[in-house]
Amino acid sequence: MEQFLEQLTNGLAVGSIYALIALGYTMVYGVLKLINFAHGDLFTYGAYLGLTLLTSFMLQDRLGLALGILVLAAMVMGLVAVVGVVLERAAYRPLRESPRLSAVVSALGASIFLQNTLMLIYGARYQVYPDVLPQDAVHLGGLTIPLVRVGVVAVSVVMMTVLYLFVQKTKIGTAIRAAAIDQGAARLMGIDVNRVIMIVFVIGPALGGAAGLLVGLYYGQISFTMGWTYGMKAFTAAILGGIGNIPGAMVGGLLLGVIEALGAAYLSVAWKDALAFAVLIVILIVRPSGLLGERVAEKV
Amino acid sequence: MSRRLALGYAAAALALAVCPFTLGPYWLDVLNNVGLYVLLALSLNLILGDAGLFNMGHAAFYAVGAYTAAILNTHLHVPILWLLPVSGLVAATFAVAVARPVVHLRGDYLLIVTIGLGEIVRIALVNDVFGLTGGANGIFGISRPSVLGHRIRRPDEFFWLIWACVAITVFFFHRLEQSRFGRALTYLREDAVAAEGSGVNTARYRLLAFGLGAAWAGMTGTLYAAKMTIISPESFGFWESVVLFLMVILGGAGSIPGVVLGATLVVGLPELFRGFATARMLVFGLVMMVMMVVRPQGLLPLRLPRFRASDLGKASGGGPGAGSAEPGAPRPAPAEAEVGP
Repeated sequence: MEQFLEQLTNGLAVGSIYALIALGYTMVYGVLKLINFAHGDLFTYGAYLGLTLLTSFMLQDRLGLALGILVLAAMVMGLVAVVGVVLERAAYRPLRESPRLSAVVSALGASIFLQNTLMLIYGARYQVYPDVLPQDAVHLGGLTIPLVRVGVVAVSVVMMTVLYLFVQKTKIGTAIRAAAIDQGAARLMGIDVNRVIMIVFVIGPALGGAAGLLVGLYYGQISFTMGWTYGMKAFTAAILGGIGNIPGAMVGGLLLGVIEALGAAYLSVAWKDALAFAVLIVILIVRPSGLLGERVAEKV
Repeated sequence: MSRRLALGYAAAALALAVCPFTLGPYWLDVLNNVGLYVLLALSLNLILGDAGLFNMGHAAFYAVGAYTAAILNTHLHVPILWLLPVSGLVAATFAVAVARPVVHLRGDYLLIVTIGLGEIVRIALVNDVFGLTGGANGIFGISRPSVLGHRIRRPDEFFWLIWACVAITVFFFHRLEQSRFGRALTYLREDAVAAEGSGVNTARYRLLAFGLGAAWAGMTGTLYAAKMTIISPESFGFWESVVLFLMVILGGAGSIPGVVLGATLVVGLPELFRGFATARMLVFGLVMMVMMVVRPQGLLPLRLPRFRASDLGKASGGGPGAGSAEPGAPRPAPAEAEVGP
């Protein structure tokens, strides 16, 4: 039982990171019907930018831990959002009217390009985050949960809630939802679809970058290729919840994290990564619209 | 085959034929690698270019073929070249079995699923599935191939073996392009609904494309195992699939000379510019993005044969697409019409 709860909280922490990344996939897919293969690498950019800013400015020492990390997160999210907007301009906008395959290939090319810029700048080796967060733990009965783990989940939940309210309650959020349903009709209603797409490429990468920073702070070790694994899993999470569906991405992410953690604990650690892919394949065969998605014939 | 294309192949064959007498072992080995990738890219082209199915797990089929050959060779000591049909068949069976439930998925979903399949195969190999694959170290001690009692060891000997396979494959795939099967795949790629409406059993042809492409990849895997004598899971990773995908797209999906050129450039150019070895993938990524904007159809794009009304009078039978003799005459029903899924 203790092991179960331990793995459950572990799974929730990983899952909330998947969920944050999955939001970027699902929002871009919702509006552009494009799998943004480079999104995982934007996440990696977040981790690496976070490391550079952390070690060069030492904000946590100057401003105090909480404020320092907050400012750091804002900087990382802003910078990754800039990369995201540039990516959209350079790799996706010229292909808006092209066949699907062209956009997919361009997205893959962008992914390879982003990944290798990081490798050339930082080198191919693992990078290690300094220990800045407290190592305290919460004790609940017999269970010991590291405070950082609770923090990761809390931060993700806050960000997801803010995003959900933003998309549901604000004018821009309504425009995003309208563009996702029908771009042509949205344009006729006076919505600037290009601007909506740009906003999506600000929000998605910002959340992805924040997830990268969280991974760096939580696990302490980052590599330039990690965006691929995390990206594929987050994409699985987005499909699991129903692609294009924002609450679906959150549910899918948490669920996948828990499945993976429990699978690693009770089945086999070596097969952990294969499990996520198996979930992806099964869900696409059995229920391609995902758990929360509506059945839409066009989707698959 | 057009005269220009035939001349191009003749020139390429001539240029290759003098290579073993002029180049050193290093460059011959590079050419052997080019040959293997040409075979792989052509096999992927059947799935991605001809049938239009986004398969980004092609390395899995290559791996299945290579491992089948390696296991049978090291355990049962079957001569490696005899295993070509066996490993082709095993790879094809595997491909059909795994593609069966997912082959109906639309474009980019299929892409994701095939990436997943490729990864699952790689993880299975690393985890020493069935205790046969040797885990992360792979399998070593695969015996050298021998042709007519002559043992093949040196790069120049492999050169003839590999490029003979390439020549046979190019010829065979060109014939296939013109066949009933090839035309069905062309319909399928251009418009699946119209193809279904014209009596092409789309699900079956998609699976056949997967099976045949995988069979070729599996046989290439056997050649690879014979050449290296050691195989390990890292040779069959995700990037291998991406690079194969890139060769097909870069050269021109569906176009055999295009794919040959694509494979040659992707393998050959980094060898010529060794100083950029670390930036190789960076350049690939950039090329992929720029190509899709500038020339999405590839370097040597596929040219579908065009038929004019005047051709219909001339052609009485024979010739692809010119089945009916008289313009306006009712088209005879195809002998083996297939209806429904």
